[in-house]
Amino acid sequence: MVNLIWLFFIAAGFVVAATQGRVEVVTKAVFDGAETGVSVCLGLISILVFWLGMMRIAEESGLLHKLSIALQPVVRFLFPDVPRDHPAIGYIMSNMSANVLGLGNAATPMGIRAMQELQTLNPDKETASPAMCTLLALNTSSITLIPATLIAIRINFHSANPAEIVGTTLLATIVSTAAAILADRWFRSRRKIRPPTKG
Amino acid sequence: MRSSLLSIVSLLSAWAIPVIVVFIPLYAAYRKVPVYESFVDGAKDGFDTAVKIIPHLVGMLVAISVFRASGAMELILGAVRPLMDRLGVPSEVLPLAILRPITGAGSLAFTADLMKQFGPDSMIGRIASTVQGSTDTTLYVLTVYFGAVGIRKASYALKVGLFSDLVGFVASIVVCYLVFSH
Repeated sequence: MVNLIWLFFIAAGFVVAATQGRVEVVTKAVFDGAETGVSVCLGLISILVFWLGMMRIAEESGLLHKLSIALQPVVRFLFPDVPRDHPAIGYIMSNMSANVLGLGNAATPMGIRAMQELQTLNPDKETASPAMCTLLALNTSSITLIPATLIAIRINFHSANPAEIVGTTLLATIVSTAAAILADRWFRSRRKIRPPTKG
Repeated sequence: MRSSLLSIVSLLSAWAIPVIVVFIPLYAAYRKVPVYESFVDGAKDGFDTAVKIIPHLVGMLVAISVFRASGAMELILGAVRPLMDRLGVPSEVLPLAILRPITGAGSLAFTADLMKQFGPDSMIGRIASTVQGSTDTTLYVLTVYFGAVGIRKASYALKVGLFSDLVGFVASIVVCYLVFSH
């Protein structure tokens, strides 16, 4: 899919430019794009270095763990079919709290461990269980407190107020996560009424 | 209602980072963590993370830049513009709704490209930032998480993910207009 999109952008661009008799814009666009790409990434270094340092402090002080504990009632509500003392619960809590802090690198391994634990409870090893679908929904719509990467890019392009999107992002992400949870619940209830058909 | 929403959101934007930056080290010091050493230790990862994105972002920005400069983007956006104008949605952000669930690097590159074109403080720049920040790359998350445990049938997970992406996109536009249009 990504391969197709990439190829489409370049090929369509070439064809349109060529048929309009200004194929030379392609050359300029290639160098412009490459330059912007590198400068955006270099601009990310400052914020990412700072933010990941900050988050390491949060981790070592036990703050991440505290946040996990605070999320426990939410996890129990969202995963009613996982036994309370099952190890999956712990991994789900860590995954969610890492997501909230925008720690993608820490969230992914925890999420995968949680999936592995949920797989042990799954009767059909090739089909995602409802609990697995819920965990996925939470990760695709993840609530993020501080979108550090976006703030860095906005600084890079000389925004007058780079952090002004923190509030709007939080609001939008709460809405999209609520939508994910509601949709997940709806599909779950449908599945209970009509047992899944094979195939 | 609208003015209170506005003040809450802008208060949050102004206070979130300063509060976190002072609260985390203070709490850690209280818990006897060597705060500075711990900071430096974690900060080392930041450089690698930023540098590792370079190939992805260069690749995507080159493709998007060619697509835009050639006039191909305008050809497609021009077709949907009358409808989008009616809905009050800037058609420039529309490709982001399609790219966001499919490719994280691609949508990040597209967001950067929009900010370069229109400025980060334009409505388009703000909406793009909010869209990019508020959801994750659904297809990537699905592949990684289900792939790791050998799940082949994703059941309804993809539908839920794409639905929440769409809701997030619409919510980003609505929230940005409520907060920033003055």
